Amino acid sequence: MKIRSSQPGDKGAELNMTSMIDVVFLLLIFFVLTFKIVAQEGDFNIRMPLADNAAGPPPDPTDLPFKLRLRADNNGQLADIILNDNLPFGTDWEKLRAKMVELVGGAAPKVSGAGEGPEIEIDLDYNLRYEHVIEAITATTGQKRGNDVVRLIERIKFAPPRRN
Amino acid sequence: MTSMIDMVFQLIAFFTVLINFSQDEQNDRVRLPESELARPAESPLESPITLHLISDNSIELGGVPTTIDGIGVLLNVELQLLKTKGKTAADANIIIRADRNMSGGRVQDLIKKCQEMGFEKFALRVKELGA
Repeated sequence: MKIRSSQPGDKGAELNMTSMIDVVFLLLIFFVLTFKIVAQEGDFNIRMPLADNAAGPPPDPTDLPFKLRLRADNNGQLADIILNDNLPFGTDWEKLRAKMVELVGGAAPKVSGAGEGPEIEIDLDYNLRYEHVIEAITATTGQKRGNDVVRLIERIKFAPPRRN
Repeated sequence: MTSMIDMVFQLIAFFTVLINFSQDEQNDRVRLPESELARPAESPLESPITLHLISDNSIELGGVPTTIDGIGVLLNVELQLLKTKGKTAADANIIIRADRNMSGGRVQDLIKKCQEMGFEKFALRVKELGA
């Protein structure tokens, strides 16, 4: 009987790597093909229960929300921004933001989602494009300073839709 | 050979971590509005229900196309699912992914429809500016 004995210089049994590399490359190709670069997305949170029609106690005048009226032209583009019925800003979101900073700067709660602090009611024309609504929310809820965001108004609600 | 395998495994690990199979959160037909304040949520929203408002005025929930009037049926199914988990409509978060060219009034209509069914918490989804 022939007995195999290890010879000096033998490296022992070598693993066959070919099949593993095949599988690994297949996995790699699968992941590369299914990989999709998606832009970062974020949320504006709105807590808006259905308005209670029951007559409650009269609201405290100091708690009344800011009213932001957004008018649209026939194409759905922004025509006018009016705050509290008497402060027109044309179509300049920066002016509106500067005013909001002046009105609520520092008054907004530091903890987000606390349900406290000033509130804004957005009243928009039915055909106003949604991107302008988001611009309004951006201008009133915060200001970006460098990499930090200074919060202005945390609570947003919508007025009932205006039917054309 | 060893260094090549190391690198390939690193690549696989990278893609595995980043891969996202969830189709529910995405819809190619919706072009989200952009905002500089958009930040990814720190924690996932509780019981999320994602509604896509597409520019042709249709709505999709879980890949099923419908209209604002027909959304009630689909939301009722979601409500039944919530009930089986011991939750109510007030616990759920409605994520609204609306196209930037959609009219704002349509979004309001949708919110109103959801409010009538008891939903209270809404998240307007936007894209990070410049992304």
